[in-house]
Amino acid sequence: MPEDQAPGAGETAAREARPRVAKTTCYMCACRCGIDVHLVDGPEGRPAVRYIEGNRDHPVNRGVICAKGSAGIMQHLSPARLRAPLKRTGPRGSGEFEEISWEEALETARSWLAPLRERAPERLAFFTGRDQSQSFTGWWAQMFGTPNFAAHGGFCSVNMAAAGIMTLGGAFWEFGTADWERCEYFMLFGVAEDHDSNPIKMGLGKLKARGAKVVGVNPVRTGYNAVASEWVGITPGTDGLFVLSLVRELIRSGEIDLTYLIERTDAPWLVVEDPGAADHGLFARGGDGEALVADRRDGALRRWDDPEAKPALRGRFEAGGRPCRPVFELMAERYLSDAYAPEAVAETCGVPAATIRRIAAELAHVAFERAETIPYRWTDWRGVEHDHVVSRPVAFHAMRGVSAHANGFQTCRALHILQCLLGAIEVPGGFRFKPPYPKPLEAHPKPHGDAAPGAPLAGPHLGFPRGPEDLLLDAEGRAQRIDKAFSWEAPISAHGLMHMVISNAVAGDPYPIDTLFLYMANMAWNSSMNTSGVMEMLTRKGDDGEYAIPRIIYSDAYSSEMVAFADLILPDTTYLERHDCISLLDRPISEPDAAGDAIRWPVVEPERPGHAGVRGFQSVLLDLGARLGLPGMVDDEGRAKYRDYADYMVRHERRPGIGPLAGWRGDGESQGRGAPNPEQIERYKANGGFWQAHVPEEARWMRPWNKAWWDWAVEIGLVDAPQPYVFHLWAEPLAKFRLAAEGHGDRVPPEALRERLREAMDPLPDGRPPGAEDARYPLHAVTQRPAAMYHAWGSQNAWLRQIHGENPIYVPGALWREHGLEEGDWIAVESAHGRIEAPAVLMEAVNARTLWTWNAIGKRPGAWALREDAPEARRGVLLNHLIHELLPPKGDGMRWSNSDPVTGQAAWYDLRVRIERVAPRARSAPEVGRQASPVGVGPEVVAYDGKGTT
Amino acid sequence: MTSLPAESAVKLGLVIDLDTCVGCHACVISCKEWNTGTGGAPLSDVDAYGEAEGTFLNRVHSFEVVRDDAPPMVVHLPKSCLHCDDAPCVTVCPTGASFKRGEDGIVLVNEDTCIGCGLCAWACPYGAREMDRTAGVMKKCTLCVDRVTSETLPEADRVPACVRACPAGARHFGDLNDPEDPAARLSAARGGMDLMPEQGTRPVNRYLPPRERDEGTVVNLVALADPAEDAEAGGGLRWLDRALAKLG
Repeated sequence: MPEDQAPGAGETAAREARPRVAKTTCYMCACRCGIDVHLVDGPEGRPAVRYIEGNRDHPVNRGVICAKGSAGIMQHLSPARLRAPLKRTGPRGSGEFEEISWEEALETARSWLAPLRERAPERLAFFTGRDQSQSFTGWWAQMFGTPNFAAHGGFCSVNMAAAGIMTLGGAFWEFGTADWERCEYFMLFGVAEDHDSNPIKMGLGKLKARGAKVVGVNPVRTGYNAVASEWVGITPGTDGLFVLSLVRELIRSGEIDLTYLIERTDAPWLVVEDPGAADHGLFARGGDGEALVADRRDGALRRWDDPEAKPALRGRFEAGGRPCRPVFELMAERYLSDAYAPEAVAETCGVPAATIRRIAAELAHVAFERAETIPYRWTDWRGVEHDHVVSRPVAFHAMRGVSAHANGFQTCRALHILQCLLGAIEVPGGFRFKPPYPKPLEAHPKPHGDAAPGAPLAGPHLGFPRGPEDLLLDAEGRAQRIDKAFSWEAPISAHGLMHMVISNAVAGDPYPIDTLFLYMANMAWNSSMNTSGVMEMLTRKGDDGEYAIPRIIYSDAYSSEMVAFADLILPDTTYLERHDCISLLDRPISEPDAAGDAIRWPVVEPERPGHAGVRGFQSVLLDLGARLGLPGMVDDEGRAKYRDYADYMVRHERRPGIGPLAGWRGDGESQGRGAPNPEQIERYKANGGFWQAHVPEEARWMRPWNKAWWDWAVEIGLVDAPQPYVFHLWAEPLAKFRLAAEGHGDRVPPEALRERLREAMDPLPDGRPPGAEDARYPLHAVTQRPAAMYHAWGSQNAWLRQIHGENPIYVPGALWREHGLEEGDWIAVESAHGRIEAPAVLMEAVNARTLWTWNAIGKRPGAWALREDAPEARRGVLLNHLIHELLPPKGDGMRWSNSDPVTGQAAWYDLRVRIERVAPRARSAPEVGRQASPVGVGPEVVAYDGKGTT
Repeated sequence: MTSLPAESAVKLGLVIDLDTCVGCHACVISCKEWNTGTGGAPLSDVDAYGEAEGTFLNRVHSFEVVRDDAPPMVVHLPKSCLHCDDAPCVTVCPTGASFKRGEDGIVLVNEDTCIGCGLCAWACPYGAREMDRTAGVMKKCTLCVDRVTSETLPEADRVPACVRACPAGARHFGDLNDPEDPAARLSAARGGMDLMPEQGTRPVNRYLPPRERDEGTVVNLVALADPAEDAEAGGGLRWLDRALAKLG
C-alpha cells in the first residue's frame, strides 16, 4: 500500500473531536499535580473524559504525569464506584446493604450524633484517611467537640514530619525539597516512591541529566534505587546507626561547617549537665528565659542571639550555679564513641565499613570542595547585611521507609543532624523549605482536648507538646483520646494514632465509644495492622448482643473492604466530580520559590443514573454540621451558613482575612490576606486551577534568618509576626519527657512506662535498632507500594491492575537457595503474631536477610467490584496479617503498642519473620471470607473509546 | 507480502534512557490512554476485573543483572515498536496493512485492511505488536503519529504521549537521522545502542545504556581515609580549637 494513502490511526478523529480542556488537580495519589482534563461530548451530550495529561504551567508537575494520573479515567469510570447512600441490612462484614435516600442517610447520621454531642462528644471518633482537607475536617471535629480526630499521618510518616519540625522547623516533601537544580550528591533513604511522586522523578531526571551522584539507601533495589548511582542495601531499621556513623566520621575529621553550626543551630547553646537533677538536659537560660551561650574569648555568658557573641563549642561552664556544656560538645562526645565507628556498625547495618567511610568522604568532598561562594544580598533578622551565600551541593530525602520503625523519629533526627553538620539547609544545592515553612516548633499549635458536652474544643486537635504539661491526660493521668495520642504511650503523636482507634475502642481502653466515623481509610484492610483481628473486632458483639463499636459511619467513593464493615455509607464523588482546596492552612502545593494553593472543581458532574447519587464528602459534612447546629456552620437563625464546600472555600475565614484559599482575595487583587471574594473560584479556574505568589529574590535563601523572608511571610499571611530561630541538634522537649520518666515534675508517667520513655526520649538520637533480636524470627519483612499505585486505590483500575495484579513474596537469593526454593514455589511467612502463605519469587537485589512484597495488592473477595477469580483476591496477600498493633507480651505481661514511643508512628517495618516452603494453594492464606458487593462486579470487557463509554 | 519504502531522509524515533528510567509505567498508561481513543479500535481489556489481559502498545520489563564484583542491578526496559528500517513485520504482511511511511519512517497498521493473521507479530523479534482480542486487529506503537503530525495541538505537545508524560525525562523524541537533532545528539553523546542488533532489523529507536553503578568516587581526604588518626580517647576534637581560632 502506498504510504501516503493511509493517515495515522485516528489522526482525523482527534482533530474533529476538538476537546475542551478543564484544568484541575489530580487526586490519584497525595502528590496534587495539576492536570489538563480533555473533554469531549459523550453519551447524551454529556461531557466525557477523553484523556488526562499534566498541566505544563503547574508548579508541582510541570506538565508530566504518572501512570496513576493517566489512569484516572479508569478510576473515574470504575465499576466499584458507589452510587447511593447505603444502610446495612446483613451482619457487619457481609456487604449486604440497601440503598437509601440522602435525606434518610443524613437524618440517620444526625440522630446518632446529636445525643453524643449533648452528652459525651468524645463518644464520637472521627478519623480521616488520605484526606486532603484536614484543616476543614479537623475544624468540623473541633466544632463538634470530640477530642478524637486525626488523619492517616500516624500510620504513614509522622516521624519524618515531627522530627523535621522539631529539628529544622520544616520537613521533607510538602514543606521542603532538595535543590534539584544545584545538588551534586543526593542521598535517598528508604521507600519514598510517592512522597512526592512526580517531583522526585523529575528531580532524579535533572540529577541524571547532569550526571550527579544518587545514593539509594534501601533494603530493596527497585524504582528510584534501581537508577541510583550507588545502592546501599541496608538492613531495615538501621538507617539511623548508619547516618550516625557518617556523623562520627565527619566530626572526627573536622569535615563539618563550623560557622553554620555556630550561627544557624543550637550547637553552642549551653545544656545543664547534672544527671539525676530536675534540670538535667535542659538549656541553661537567662533571667529573660532566653537560652545562653558561653563566649569562647572569656567564658562570659551571653544570650544565644547576642550579635557580639563568639560562642564556644566546647568546655565546662556554669550558668545560674548549674554546670553546663555546649550542645556541640555533648553531641561530639557521644558520636565519637567507638560504638559509632564504621567497623562497629557495619554488621548491624549490613553495610561494609569501607563503604560508610567512603560515603562520609564523598559527602564532605562535595559539601566543602564543590561549594561555591555565590554573590547574594540579604539582610539577617538582626539587620546585618550579607553579600553572599555559600552553596553546599548535597541533599537528602527520606519518607515512609525510615519513618515506619519504632526508632523512626530518632532516625529522622539523625538525618537532619547530618544535614546541619554539612551546613546544607537553605543554601544553594542543599535542602530548601517550601512556604509556609520555615516555621519553628514554637509557631506550631499545642494539642487540644478537654472535651465538654455541647461545646467545641478550645483549639485544634493536633499539635506539638513542648513537655509533659501539654499532654492530654485526665485527672487520673489516663489518655483523653481514644487513640491515646498525647499520652505517655505516645507523647509527641503530632498526627494521632489512627491505627490504634479500633482496638482501643473495642477494648474500651481508655473508654468505649458509640460511633466510629471514618473517611477514605480502608481500616478493615490494608490500612490496619492485624487485619484479620481488626475485621473480628469490627464484628465483635458484647453480651448484650450489640456490636462492641455500636455504630460505624463511613464515607468512601468506592466499594472498599471497609464499606462492608460500616452501618451507614455516605458515598463520596470521584476526584473529577468535586470541589476541594489544597490549602496553605493544610498541605499546600508550594515550591521553594513560591507559595501556592489549588482547587479541584467538578469538571464533570457526578451522575449515577437510577440511584440516589453521590455527594462530595466535605459538602455532606457541612450539611451534617448544620443539622447538628455546630458553631461556625449555622447563622444566627440556625440556618446552614454554607451552601456547600465550594461556598465554604470562598467564604470561610480562619482568622480575619485568612481563608482556605489565598489567591485573588478581596477585590481580586489581594493575595494571602483579604476579604472573601465571591469570584475567587472562577479566578482559580481561569488560572489553571492554582495560585502562586513568588518569593522575593532577597528572601530565597537562608530563610529562617532572613528578614525579607519574614516580612514577606507576614505580608501574605503565612504568619502574623516574624519568628527567626535556629535549628535544634538538641531536642529539649525530649529532655523534659526524660526528666518526667525519671520522676521529676508534677506529671510523671506510670512506673511501667518509665524505662521505655527514659530510653526513647533522648535529646540526641542514639541510633539503636528497634526491637529485640529473637532467634525464632531471624528475617526482616517489609512492603512498599509500587510507583504506579501508591496512594491510588489501584486494584479497581482496569489499567493499573494489569501492571501490579500480583504480589508474590520476593526472597533474597541466599535465602532462596538455603531453602531449596524453585520457581513456582509457595512459602509460609510467619511472625510472632501470624502466618501467611503466598507465592515466592527469587530476587537478588535485596538485603540478604530481608523479604519484601508490594503492599495493598491483595484484596478481599467481593471488594472493589473485582471478579471472584481476580488474582488480587486469589493469590494476593497482605503482610498486615503478620503485624500486630501490640508487641508480644514482655516478662511483666505488659503489651506495648507497636509504635514509635516518641510519636506513636506505626512501626510497620519492624516486622521479624521466618519462612518455610509449603505446598501451593488455590488461594493465599489466610482466607478472610468474602463480602457481597453493593455495586455488582465489573464488566467482562473494557474498551474505552475516549468518549465516556467502556 | 508488503514492500518497504526507500530509506527515508527523516527517521522519527525515540531515545530511551535506561540510566534514568525508574520503571514507573507512566509511559505505559499515557500511551494506552491516548491511543485507546484516537479513532481506531479501542485498546481493549478482556476480563478487565478478573485475570485481565489487555492490549498495550508499550510495556516496561524489569530485569535483574547479577554481577560478580558489584551489587546486583535492576534495569527497567520500556519496550514498544522500534520502527525498524528493515522491518520484518512489514515485509511479512500479506495485505499491505502493515507498512512503513516513506516520509518519516513510522511503521503503522491500517486497521481497515488488517486481517488479524498475526504473522507480523511472529516476525517481530521484539514482541512489540499485540493483537487486540476484541477487535481482532493488530495494534502497535504509532509513535503517536496523530500527535507528532498534528496541526492543531500546541507545538510543544507534538511529541508522543509517552514522551509528554515521562516524569523522569527518560524519553526523547526526534529525527534520529539528523545529527543536529537534540535527541540524536543525546544518543551520540551517551552511546545510544540498538536493541538486539544481531537481528538485522536496523531499529530507529535507541537505548542509552545505564551508566556505571556502585563505583565509589575516589576522594583525597586524608583525615577521612585514615581511621587510625585521632584514635586517642577524646582526641577526636583536637582539630576543633584550631578551626575555631581561624574563625576568630
